[in-house]
Amino acid sequence: MIKKKIYDVVIIGSGPGGLAAAVAAKKEGAEDVLVIERDTELGGILLQCIHNGFGLEIFNEDLPGPSYAQRYIDEAHELGVESMLDTIVLEVTPGRKLFASSTKHGFVEIDARAIVLAMGCRERTRAMIQIPGMRPAGVYTAGTAQRFTNIEGKMPGERVVILGSGDIGLIMARRLTFEGAKVERVLEILPYLSGLTRNYVQCLQDFDIPLQFEHTVKFIHGKDRVEAVEIAQVDKNWNYVKGSEETIPCDTLLLSVGLIPENELSRQAGVRIDPITGGPYVDESRETNVPGIFAAGNVVHVYDLADWVTLAGYDAGKSAAKFAMALKAKESAHIPVKAGNNVHHVVPHTINKQNLTNDEIELQLRVVRPIEERVMIEVHDGENRIARKAARYARPGEMLTLVLKERHFADVEKADSLTVDVNPR
Amino acid sequence: MQEKYDYIVIGAGVVGCIIARTLSRYEGKVLLIDKEADICMGTTAANTAIVHAGYDPLPNTLKARMNVEGNPLWDTLAGELNFPFERRGDFVVAVGEDELPALETLMGYAKKNGVPGCQILSGPEVRRREKNITPDVSGALWASTGGICDPFAVTVAAAENAVMNGVVLKLNTEFQDFIMEGDRIIGIKTNQGDFISRWVINSAGLFSDFVMHQAGVRPEFKISPRKGEYFVFDRADVQIDNVLFPVPSDKGKGVLVTTTLHGNTILGPNANIIDDKEDTSTTEAGMNEIWAEANKLVPSLTKKYVIATFAGLRPMGNGPCKTPGVDYNQDYIIEIPEEVKGFVNLGGIESPGLTSAPAIAQEVVDLLKDAGEEFKVKKDYEPIRPARPRFREMSQKDRKLLVDMDPRYGRVICRCENVTEGEIIAEIHAPIPAITYDAIKRRTWLGTGRCQGGFDTPRVVDILARELGVSPLEITKRGKGSEFLTRPTKKVEK
Repeated sequence: MIKKKIYDVVIIGSGPGGLAAAVAAKKEGAEDVLVIERDTELGGILLQCIHNGFGLEIFNEDLPGPSYAQRYIDEAHELGVESMLDTIVLEVTPGRKLFASSTKHGFVEIDARAIVLAMGCRERTRAMIQIPGMRPAGVYTAGTAQRFTNIEGKMPGERVVILGSGDIGLIMARRLTFEGAKVERVLEILPYLSGLTRNYVQCLQDFDIPLQFEHTVKFIHGKDRVEAVEIAQVDKNWNYVKGSEETIPCDTLLLSVGLIPENELSRQAGVRIDPITGGPYVDESRETNVPGIFAAGNVVHVYDLADWVTLAGYDAGKSAAKFAMALKAKESAHIPVKAGNNVHHVVPHTINKQNLTNDEIELQLRVVRPIEERVMIEVHDGENRIARKAARYARPGEMLTLVLKERHFADVEKADSLTVDVNPR
Repeated sequence: MQEKYDYIVIGAGVVGCIIARTLSRYEGKVLLIDKEADICMGTTAANTAIVHAGYDPLPNTLKARMNVEGNPLWDTLAGELNFPFERRGDFVVAVGEDELPALETLMGYAKKNGVPGCQILSGPEVRRREKNITPDVSGALWASTGGICDPFAVTVAAAENAVMNGVVLKLNTEFQDFIMEGDRIIGIKTNQGDFISRWVINSAGLFSDFVMHQAGVRPEFKISPRKGEYFVFDRADVQIDNVLFPVPSDKGKGVLVTTTLHGNTILGPNANIIDDKEDTSTTEAGMNEIWAEANKLVPSLTKKYVIATFAGLRPMGNGPCKTPGVDYNQDYIIEIPEEVKGFVNLGGIESPGLTSAPAIAQEVVDLLKDAGEEFKVKKDYEPIRPARPRFREMSQKDRKLLVDMDPRYGRVICRCENVTEGEIIAEIHAPIPAITYDAIKRRTWLGTGRCQGGFDTPRVVDILARELGVSPLEITKRGKGSEFLTRPTKKVEK
């Protein structure tokens, strides 16, 4: 359950960027750190990346995604990072309030001294590249197919064509082959590979899966389920080369045609987005244009290695913690001035300890009820009286004042809060 | 024992569903059938979602009368059935001086058809009202009674209200032939068996020619599927909130730049006659055609923000207009033919069919009355179909109240459109259960956003399987044959 309404650092997303940010924020001294994750476990997309290749940069080890994530999950738990799972953030305000909801926690409002955006990215879809044809079942982004296969344990298809040579597509070519599916072809519209060469070698070459550059899908056939795709070669301007058309019977088309940083929440919060990367503009501390909102990982720009996302997450978490701690110090410098017995309100609402060296401080107040006899205006810290002043009467229509002078300041500085009472003498 | 009905309605598109709902007001047993796994799978599923003012159809045609009679019925319909509907008004935009006379023609139609609230605007005035419009705009016809709706929501609400009022709905039920007794239709044969009825109403849309031919009516009538393709934009990036028509051509009302009630700008449709009534594919040529046409109205569009493309088929007929002296061969057919008894025949209900649907339903009742049918209003008729909560449209405060009441509304399944598990479960167990992915999508608008279902699909498959008590392998996109998954992965040896 959520315990606090105000957190030092709230991190949205628990992929490599979010987990690293949480760990770094804690290490930097942030006390209350919360990670909000929309899936049922921490780890983000790493959990469905059951292939190896993670950790080479940071641990000098070759780990599968879930194992890589587990190192950070364990560390986060040891450090006391809190988490809300199966919970989606609906809105982030520029004032760093978050609205989130889940079945378990209900609808919650959380205030954060600092926020790290670590929502990662989403996959480009069929519509974005406008592949003509029917709209049957069996057209999946590679990541969705990966989730079906590795998390749900169900096969998305048996005869597969993959469009795009992005890493997830290459990885899925091998993965589906392991599971007994036939990957007919991988097509790439560009004359070069989009993903890592090592993935091409280990996922396609080793399994004799053909890759065709400068080829794309021209049409999707099948009313209910994919029945075939028509492919074609393209020239430099991406026009089809006449006569190059070929129809490949298949039941599945996987798309690995690019990733886009996911910034719908960022935009709501007033974060400025770079139209080139699709992610927020950030400074070297990973702070966005909105003070106290930081961003790291694929939400900023798309990385090719999770290790690098982790490193970016560290930076953002550390910066967010610094920001939160500075804000907290500022907050604790302020002593609240409360309306006590028969007092309607007091202005100022707080006294900044750092200003106690200055001139005297006048408290202005109004009473709730009239008292038609001599009264005493008293300021106390809950136990000890700090200052007092007499008046002939107290009437709601007439403002009262009390001035705190230099001789009171030592007591004021020790107080957690001040309360003003107006009582008959 | 064969099931016996007073009325069988063939086809659960918007026309069939509103007819069924209208009939459900009266005593009598009504059966509504559709060959697909859900209602609203044909022409109603893919169109421009516009409630037309009525300045477009040729005066003195049945099409014109249905349009103009249908348009004002929408406010009551929306109020009773609780679906979103907005009279946003629409513009027919003339580009260049050459197109200005066309506006006068339409204004003349508007007057003859009896359309209120039309006005011709100057070019600068149009630019003032829609800043994205081409600087070459020379004027526009403004029709204040034009509206926008969500055709799925309308059809689902009408069908649901019909079912609430006793209509029997049978899906996956395909009409094959009539059962005749002399010159009287006494029932129909379907792939799910025979059904007996006093009346059969043909609202089979693209397949209405087949249905009437089986009854021996209008052998010369032919439906030509006219394909219309569309682009949909991300509402975060493209916001054109007006309904912009070009001036019409012989191919119809032309490619619009318009908006949906969900806030997405859409472009389309083109209008290409094809042969195959099942071919709802988008084509490269078609998409290029729309793009070029739409850019004439709004030159600033960019393909970068396209999030979906789709195509639909309109049932273009060849029915001659019955009004003497009007030479028009694409009119609606709404009739009780003389050659067979017990048959209400509809055909060629293309655009503005959605707008006309409530008027067509009333016309069918009137024809049946003329044929001697008595219509007694049911004592327990309930015209109100309650709306279900839509999390995405709520304020944060209302969301909190909803989640407090039922925590399942707290779990967001579609991240782009903010559709919750509570909404999905409610649709699965609604009076017309949504049991396919597309059925849930059409009712909740899930999967229609920028990720196009990439995030929600595995989760929806899971929820459907759990709620229906079946394996995820049985869950389909749009009915049998469209299963998402093929088999379990290999078992891991421990």
